[in-house]
Amino acid sequence: MARADLKKEKHEATEARISTLNMPQGGTWASMARNEALSRLRGMGLPARRDEYWKYTRPDTLIQQDAPAAALFDSLEPAVFDSVDRLKIVFVDGVFDAAASDDLSLSGVEIDRLETAAAADIHWAKDVYGRLEARGQTPVARPLAALNSAYATDGILIRVTGKAAKPISLIYTHKSEASDAILHHVIKLEKGAELTVLENGPAASRFNKVMEVEVADGAKFHHIRAQGRDHERRAATHLFTRLGSESLFKSFTLTVNGALTRNEAVIEFSGDNAVAHIAGAAMGDGAFHHDDTVFITHDAVNCESRQVYKKVLRNGAVGVFQGKILVKEGAQKTDGYQISQALLLDDDSQFLAKPELEIYADDVACSHGSTTGAIDQDALYYLRSRGVTKKEATDLLVLSFMAEAVEEIEDESLREEIVTRLTGWLERRSG
Amino acid sequence: MLDIKNLHVKLEEEDKVILKGVDLKIEPGSVHAIMGPNGSGKSTLSYVLSGRAGYEVTDGSVTLDDVDILDMEPEERAAAGLFLAFQYPVEIPGVGNMTFLRTAVNAQRKARGQDEMSAAEFLKVIREKAKTLQIDADMLKRPVNVGFSGGEKKRNEILQMAMLEPKMCILDETDSGLDVDAMKLVSEGVNALRDAGRSFLVITHYQRLLDHIKPDVVHIMSDGRLIKSGGPELALEVEQNGYADLKADAGAV
Repeated sequence: MARADLKKEKHEATEARISTLNMPQGGTWASMARNEALSRLRGMGLPARRDEYWKYTRPDTLIQQDAPAAALFDSLEPAVFDSVDRLKIVFVDGVFDAAASDDLSLSGVEIDRLETAAAADIHWAKDVYGRLEARGQTPVARPLAALNSAYATDGILIRVTGKAAKPISLIYTHKSEASDAILHHVIKLEKGAELTVLENGPAASRFNKVMEVEVADGAKFHHIRAQGRDHERRAATHLFTRLGSESLFKSFTLTVNGALTRNEAVIEFSGDNAVAHIAGAAMGDGAFHHDDTVFITHDAVNCESRQVYKKVLRNGAVGVFQGKILVKEGAQKTDGYQISQALLLDDDSQFLAKPELEIYADDVACSHGSTTGAIDQDALYYLRSRGVTKKEATDLLVLSFMAEAVEEIEDESLREEIVTRLTGWLERRSG
Repeated sequence: MLDIKNLHVKLEEEDKVILKGVDLKIEPGSVHAIMGPNGSGKSTLSYVLSGRAGYEVTDGSVTLDDVDILDMEPEERAAAGLFLAFQYPVEIPGVGNMTFLRTAVNAQRKARGQDEMSAAEFLKVIREKAKTLQIDADMLKRPVNVGFSGGEKKRNEILQMAMLEPKMCILDETDSGLDVDAMKLVSEGVNALRDAGRSFLVITHYQRLLDHIKPDVVHIMSDGRLIKSGGPELALEVEQNGYADLKADAGAV
């Protein structure tokens, strides 16, 4: 196919998708941000199968006009984070549910609903909304994120000036089998501020979510996300962050179930001596396609980035990892680490990895590794020789495999919540 | 207790015969030692007894208290009371030593139809046993064998043995990689477990371990067979003269 034809095809697919969406009404700043995002989207077009960045994950169902139906899964176990003291913000099929949410007030934190803030002519979020997303469009286009900035119908805007007294918990409930949700959150941590954000729930049949996080000098941001429950849901999420000097960013995602999940993370170091750790643990059984795509740009001195991704796959599940560390000229003393590993529990599952380093500074320490393997037979024998059954021993070794990622969660009680999920998933699987 | 008859074993993947007719009967409460040069089949015997994959039994039988164990899974043999202290204990990152031990203890209790041990009870017992082996709280919390020194790994094996209370204990070159002090500590741990109902099979290259763990019977293994058996003095003989004379006596090459 000629390049011009591909462009035309993309253009048509993009316009077809746009024609089903309504840009929400808003005040000056929001309208501007949305229209700018729309022109970005039109400039690049929605992803197509032939795009290099979508080589391992078919974008079809993420860009088609209507969301493919996704059955609701009735899990009997309580939702994750239930035992955690937190401020709850609930979205049902992508719509904020005030009745189910707590009061949006927390000391040291300003919380607004996007709809309300967008109606104002001016709002602090104008410096972040769509801005970090726009920065994240080069050198690789992320059209689904631009579509999100243009058409997001709801979301939450959080500005943190101090140390938040408790985590803010975004809960995404899925109630309609045909829901197609687009949410956009903005989080701005002012100098020295601290916040933990939790996310969980299937959200919708199809979910497009962007979270932009501006972390100012000396601020600390922790993010723990659990994508679980409904087996047929599809999601494309983007996390954009820019880090000031001496700041800390830590993000962990657990993914279980779901037909298709693509989690992109774009991290930019703009101030010296900052630290960013991003980790993921995914467990897939059967019709499960999980894609982690990470792009980290070091544009400051003496920063540390760490990517730890682990996937356990069985019964034909597919895992994808695309991770890049870009070290710009002058970003000396960069410490970049990246590991992506898959544990395949049978011969039907697949892991596709594309680790990349691109370095323009001469005094850096960067490493990456990627492995695909089966359960270690020596370890299995060792455990069994102590009386542990084969099933239980396998489960222990799966937890052992996941540990490096899970240990990225600093808070012990939150880490326990995640381990409980992992254990529960394993226990429900036979043999 | 343990009765091995005419045991022949070959590697599953290749045509290599390793055990060529081993006969060994261990009575309750007794300690047997097997010595022998490298490659004589000592470790293979321990693996075959504990059920490691990769070996094929072509002839013979093994019973534990008159029950055939060769068709059992490794975990079933463990529940039946067999324990192997590994020559090279495996490192398992991300699984706490204590979690592992509790899982093992309760898995065995469950297999035997007993109630699981409560967390409090388990903690009390393990603390007591760890103390005698000089295993501190930190070692109990750390991932299984990860970053443990040679001595720590072996002490950890003995702690597992003490917690699981097997009736038939096999020690595969437990002395390898140990300094004199560590060997003493490990031996004391083993000796503390000796009683009338528990038997030991101690596999070693060297006589020195048998100074600490005194055997009732010593066997010499060479080329897949036990070529000579005797009292503790046999170990001393080997220490002085090596294996060559014994092999010549037995007609082995």
